[in-house]
Amino acid sequence: MIALDFRLWQGSFTLDIDIRLELPVTALLGHSGAGKTTVLDAIAGLRTPGSGSIAINDRVVFDSRAGINVPTHRRHVGYVAQDVALFPHMSVRRNVLYGRREGQKLELATVSRMLEIEGLLNRDVPQLSGGERQRVALARALMSAPELLLLDEPLAAVDVERRRRILPYLERVRDELRVPIVYVTHDRSEATQLADEIIVLQEGRVIEREL
Amino acid sequence: MDAWQITAFTVGTACLATLLMLPPGLLLAWLLARGRFRGRVLLDTIVSLPLVMPPVATGLVLLALVAPRGPVGRLFARAGIDIVFTWKAVVLAMAVMGLPLLVRAVRAGIEQVDNRYEAAAATLGAAPLRVFFTITLPLARPAVMAGAVLGFARALGEFGATIMIAGSIPGSTRTLAVAIYSFAETGRDRDAGALVAVSAVIAFIALAASNWIISRQSSRA
Repeated sequence: MIALDFRLWQGSFTLDIDIRLELPVTALLGHSGAGKTTVLDAIAGLRTPGSGSIAINDRVVFDSRAGINVPTHRRHVGYVAQDVALFPHMSVRRNVLYGRREGQKLELATVSRMLEIEGLLNRDVPQLSGGERQRVALARALMSAPELLLLDEPLAAVDVERRRRILPYLERVRDELRVPIVYVTHDRSEATQLADEIIVLQEGRVIEREL
Repeated sequence: MDAWQITAFTVGTACLATLLMLPPGLLLAWLLARGRFRGRVLLDTIVSLPLVMPPVATGLVLLALVAPRGPVGRLFARAGIDIVFTWKAVVLAMAVMGLPLLVRAVRAGIEQVDNRYEAAAATLGAAPLRVFFTITLPLARPAVMAGAVLGFARALGEFGATIMIAGSIPGSTRTLAVAIYSFAETGRDRDAGALVAVSAVIAFIALAASNWIISRQSSRA
């Protein structure tokens, strides 16, 4: 369960969010500039709200009144940003293993089989195609054993054909690993295919929730 | 005159000075490039001060600090370590004068590193220090190399601060720059000229090496 109740000044408007996400996959839907990415940044601790609180699975990671602001690296949130940001100076394998946590159960073999990246592990990042990068970024995030997965338009840069191939990977993550997912997209069909609940954002406010 | 001894001493102390300035230099560059704290502008100014102050003035400040009764020198004196007018003073003067150049180059390099990589590393659970050593520093490596070469080059030619805190003791603290001055001063123009030639050769090698490193880095990127 993710409890969000915060205000964050966003330049042209104030993001004002007060929602509880209790289902496995939530899609944040909205036009570009609606504040979707900022919500993910706030959950991950990359941006600090002006006021309010954020809790991930009942663990408070931000509370302006209590002066709590858990740094990003202790929030255990897997975040695949829109630009995926694979480390360009490391091989795919070192990328995927970068965030591996001590004593976590997930094996590299399992994750790479599920996302079909076994054949990519020894390659360098610049050699990868867009779709391969997104699968590797997803694997890297999963290997850090996140309590929550944040995906920011993970398929935005991918053509329709590839998208049809990648969506099943995300469904497998949802079904096999049971990591809750907050999924940002502006594509309603993507949102309905994957999500249990859709939240529509406009100008930093929730204007619609549908199951 | 022992040209070999002077040359080896100068190159050796300049290497030590470069090693000495790297840890604080990298830390300062990181703080100035990525840190958000009060007093950042002040720190920036203090680090750059030796660049704009007359080196002799910097030398005098250093002398006040590390003289046996100075605030820093006293601590070393208690441990039985003399700094002033020894080779350690040469290294110190070189490091202090080279530091601003190193910091400037590395800082610019770190500012060039896209911070989304650092953000990604943080979401993967990497603490700031690990992010610095595994992401920021490797991605800024060309700038670190360039900065180290700049700092080394500045150290090789150091004169003003060196003469204040290390003097010009033959066989003990006399570097190329100081020796050239001392020889020219005492009319030993041929000795001075020979050392000028040596300096030119070293400068040439250092520049060629740095150009080679930079071209190799950029061809790999």
